[in-house]
Amino acid sequence: MRAALLRIATLVRKEFLTLLKDPRSRIILFVPAILQSLLFGYAASYDLNHVPYAVFDQSRSAASTALIARLDGSGVFERVANIHRATEAQELIDSRRALIVIRIGPDFARRLAAGEAADIQVIADGRNSNTAGTALGYINRIVDSFNVDWRQSHGLAGPPVTVSIRAWYNPNLETRWNMIPGLIGTITLLQTLLLTALSVAREREDGTFDQLLVTPIRPGEIMIGKALPSTVIGLIQATLILLVAQLWFRIPFEGSFLTLYAGLGLFVVAAVGIGLFVSSLVATMQQAMLFSFVLVMPFILLSGLATPIGNMPMFFQYLTFANPLRYAIDLTRRVYLEGAEATQLFSDLWPLAVIGAATLPVAAWMFRNRLT
Amino acid sequence: MTDRPQPEPRDDAGKLRRVAALVIKESRQILRDPSSIALGIVMPVMLILVFGYALSLDVRNAPLAVVVEDSSSAAREVVAGFQLSPYFDTQVMTSMAEAERAMQAREVDGIVHFPADFARRVAEGDAQIQLVLNGVDANSARIIEGYVLGAVAQSARRRAAEGYANVIAGPVTVQSRIWFNEANDSHYFLVPGLIVLIMTLIGAFLTALVMAREWERGTLEALFVTPVKADEILLGKVIPYFVMGLVGLALCVLAARILFHVPLRGSILVLTGASMLYLLVALGIGLVASSATRSQFVASQIALLATFLPAMLLSGFLFDLRSMPVAVQIVTYVLPARYFVALLQTIFLAGDIWSVILPNAAVLAVMATVLMALARATTRKKLA
Repeated sequence: MRAALLRIATLVRKEFLTLLKDPRSRIILFVPAILQSLLFGYAASYDLNHVPYAVFDQSRSAASTALIARLDGSGVFERVANIHRATEAQELIDSRRALIVIRIGPDFARRLAAGEAADIQVIADGRNSNTAGTALGYINRIVDSFNVDWRQSHGLAGPPVTVSIRAWYNPNLETRWNMIPGLIGTITLLQTLLLTALSVAREREDGTFDQLLVTPIRPGEIMIGKALPSTVIGLIQATLILLVAQLWFRIPFEGSFLTLYAGLGLFVVAAVGIGLFVSSLVATMQQAMLFSFVLVMPFILLSGLATPIGNMPMFFQYLTFANPLRYAIDLTRRVYLEGAEATQLFSDLWPLAVIGAATLPVAAWMFRNRLT
Repeated sequence: MTDRPQPEPRDDAGKLRRVAALVIKESRQILRDPSSIALGIVMPVMLILVFGYALSLDVRNAPLAVVVEDSSSAAREVVAGFQLSPYFDTQVMTSMAEAERAMQAREVDGIVHFPADFARRVAEGDAQIQLVLNGVDANSARIIEGYVLGAVAQSARRRAAEGYANVIAGPVTVQSRIWFNEANDSHYFLVPGLIVLIMTLIGAFLTALVMAREWERGTLEALFVTPVKADEILLGKVIPYFVMGLVGLALCVLAARILFHVPLRGSILVLTGASMLYLLVALGIGLVASSATRSQFVASQIALLATFLPAMLLSGFLFDLRSMPVAVQIVTYVLPARYFVALLQTIFLAGDIWSVILPNAAVLAVMATVLMALARATTRKKLA
């Protein structure tokens, strides 16, 4: 037993040396994780803060000017043109210079003064319909607040029914708060899986794997020796992204680190198991990279990272039950944003444990069979 | 080497023969290796199915708790509006505590709360409905918020039409239209966006790996001692992956039209031309990254960072580019993906609008030329 531990320790030490002695691979281990979390943090947001728009103001009244001033003052809408013909709207949208064109009809002021409903027409560029929908939502909110003030200043009662809105866990509804905790699992999965698969494939391709086999180290010990360094590096990468989330993006951490790391530990073990499984299928580094990538894509797409799992058809929702990343992302978000406790996370923890417990023995079996 | 080879007389037939031989060798290598098949064929098909069927940003049947502490007709009418809406899957509850428990257990995404004095305050004209949202999924929460406000406004308008005075939601109402995608279906931009991902994977990622492998194993140097010239080696690499990329394009266009009924309003010729340009750029990045690093691992990481992630994040495919910080926006201008996404979204949904097509295609053409020249230069250097 002691001898086995010693052999594993030697192998782990050797793995760390191979990973860390090459300056390029040292950089590749840690820089992409930080770079990706910064990149995603800034880029992966459905929130809008620069919406170019154009106005076709046929009313030219004090009321229409006041409404436009509200858009201009919103900090989100940026007026790129005042147009005078309907055909100009088409051209502005087609050429993507404006995302939104607002037309205020000639009888706007009259209808408003007469107490009738005054329409404004809004056209949005639907080439990305999610962006268009978000922008329209902003416009509705601005018009609502215009209405409330207008009614007040004209001695009318406010609207009879108002809706007061409160959002739990993310008061300003920022997409970033949702995205970055989700990235902790995603980037860790990508890197851990690749690292594990590559470290075995590299030895196979170089022929050093055969040399390992003639040493007293047993196949099971080789596997543990390959798995441990990847697990450690996976957890370090997760920590780096966690630090970026807290120190750079200043997203408040509500939960307990112990709970988070317990969950992430289980997840990384499952990821390493999948990596070892891939490595037993491949002969070259190229295959290891391509297979890991082909495997990781559906894991990421069906994880709820960018689009909610609840929107998927049932068939795909069932598929996600086998996806370790689904549980890791859910767990991280709940611990990070909601401050969920371990007892509330049972539904995420046990599937991760099952996936880890299933992939490691299968990987071990495949590993042994490929060797003999 | 000091004795450079003498300039040879032009030998077009020989050149063609050598390139053809290399293309055949490369194609055989692709077909033989299960991992290239996995990336070149399995992956595109999988992406098409997942993007087409599984991914959606449109909220339908969002689970919503409706807490009614007031059983007046005014409240019942607004609640009925929620129950009839295709956007919500409502569960009527009687206490706020029950609803909050359901939200904590993730059974509902939001709570609409009609307080006990709702009917009395409607009569007085200042009733309030509370909406509590789970903000973890901020995008969905915003969409639900919009739907709830819409449902409340609609019931107010209904009451106005029934003759209750002074109940219209506001004097100014917004009539909105979403051009190019009237039904507001997120497949319309997700499926064309796929073409960027697939072309990038085949063009840049696969090529970077394959070429770096040849450098790493020294098989490229073995080629240098044959009569094959540098540009012929490059052509031999580019042609098979170019064809593979075009097959991926054909798959996507067919799936978009036949399976997902995404309109193709521009011409297929313009679409093919634009895709070819992007494919050349992607291939160029793959070739340059591999010959600059000569290591499969590093080349693949560079290809991933410089092409795949930008194609997903920095292209305008999912996330709006104008709302990113200036520094990130500058990066998007350097990378080819944004130009191709602008082209794809326009050609698919808006039509052949030359004011968009020409400038974006021109940038891609320049990038393709520069990258191919660079690939050529880095490959030749090794020959000397």
